[in-house]
Amino acid sequence: MMTSQSGILLLLLSIVPGICLAGENPTPAGSTPAVIKVKYFQPPLEKDIPNNQFGKMVTLGKNIFEHTGQYAGKYVGNKLQCVNCHLDAGRLANSAPLWAAWVKYPKYRGKNKMVNTIAERFQGCFRYSMNGTPPPTDSKTLKALMSYSFWLATGAPTNINMPGSGYPKIAKPPKAPDFARGKIAFENNCAICHGANGKGTQKNGQYIFPPLWGKNSFNWGAGMHRINTAASFIHANMPLGQGGTLSVQQAWDLAYYINSHERPQDPRFKGNIQQTDKKFHAHQCRYGDNVNHHILGKR
Amino acid sequence: MKTSFFSITALLILVISTLPPAFAASNGKTIATQGNDKGATACFACHGTNGMGNKQAGYPYLAALPVNYLKRQLENFKSGLRQNAIMMPIAKKLSPADIAAVANYYSTLKNDLLTTANLTGNTSNPQAMMLFEKGQWSKGIPACVQCHGPNGTGVATQFPPIIGQPYSYIRNQLTAWQDGKRKGDPVNLMHSVANKLNLGEIDSLAHYLAMQ
Repeated sequence: MMTSQSGILLLLLSIVPGICLAGENPTPAGSTPAVIKVKYFQPPLEKDIPNNQFGKMVTLGKNIFEHTGQYAGKYVGNKLQCVNCHLDAGRLANSAPLWAAWVKYPKYRGKNKMVNTIAERFQGCFRYSMNGTPPPTDSKTLKALMSYSFWLATGAPTNINMPGSGYPKIAKPPKAPDFARGKIAFENNCAICHGANGKGTQKNGQYIFPPLWGKNSFNWGAGMHRINTAASFIHANMPLGQGGTLSVQQAWDLAYYINSHERPQDPRFKGNIQQTDKKFHAHQCRYGDNVNHHILGKR
Repeated sequence: MKTSFFSITALLILVISTLPPAFAASNGKTIATQGNDKGATACFACHGTNGMGNKQAGYPYLAALPVNYLKRQLENFKSGLRQNAIMMPIAKKLSPADIAAVANYYSTLKNDLLTTANLTGNTSNPQAMMLFEKGQWSKGIPACVQCHGPNGTGVATQFPPIIGQPYSYIRNQLTAWQDGKRKGDPVNLMHSVANKLNLGEIDSLAHYLAMQ
């Protein structure tokens, strides 16, 4: 038992630094760059969820993740589902997969300047990305989400930055991100699904494509309102199934355009936009900015 | 001035009223049942009297498809973006007004299949069910239902229903996207998906969606 576990760990560890080095190696001039086939961690298959009490909790977690409004409605204040930003039910590498997050907590986060447990991290998702209420730590909702994440991370090493974790950091844009260019890129690449007004597309009252701004989207405290985070997500994952096809510049322009629209207030807002901006928005975002004679965050 | 305007109008009305219906204005139902005066044959011949297609022969249903989708397909057949030996010559004989009218006609027809057929949870074909409901993200393939909606019954005017279309039709479309014989899909969405499917998966999906 001991030997086989160490064997897996050694194998994984040997992959991790290998990828980092390969990524940093400059390609010699004139040579064809070698295709680096990253072997990402493979979470277990859905059909292998155990048929027992724990398995039931895992399945509930998966259901909450994919149909958040339906299974955890009382904690949700918008029309998003977890899976909107964590594709393939939280399994997909480079789309902030759950298995990679699970093995990195507890950890210190600059956002709230303290060590966060994974439960606190999930609570943050509900407060900001879902514009709702954090489920209590002992709630079934959190137990289920933690069970699902834990199960997805079956066999993964702990306290390792797993390849494919988060969204791959996008390169700096050649030109400063631009609203007008972003609008054109949005109309050409995104509006077909998310609608020309960014409000998503519904069928029979159910959102098929999520709203990207407006009252039904994530609020001004969510990670995705940061232009760099959204640009990284977009570049790696959008359009759906065509990650990596948009240029770096397009991804930045799109992130800038999408996040230059009004959305629900930052829940840390205490009545003054400037103070909220200064205290919580010292990063790449448009909160408190004047866009077309409207101060964002003022709705 | 006033008199001549009225007399011209009266003359026009007289001329129009004496022409057979197909000449007067594009009428979707007339084109569908009789074709038009330019030689376009009747849609009914292949797509059925109720627009439900012909499963055995592989002719797709058109009933209740989104009007914009139908219009775009006829325009694409006309321009050659979508290549098909039967449809291209027909589409070339349709004027823009004919296309609009016939697309509108079919979009308003009833299609019971879209409310009665059910694929959700169909476990008869696990490979196809996975592609349909979950996709295959290790190859960057989104699930069919992510764009075509739950049960594959279509979403808004952009994403047509796919449930219950004939086996050979679905198979031929997916391979046509691979071969570049079908183009003009928004943001290359289907071209990109089809290119990631192998022939076995295409065959499996076509059987699954066709329920045949």
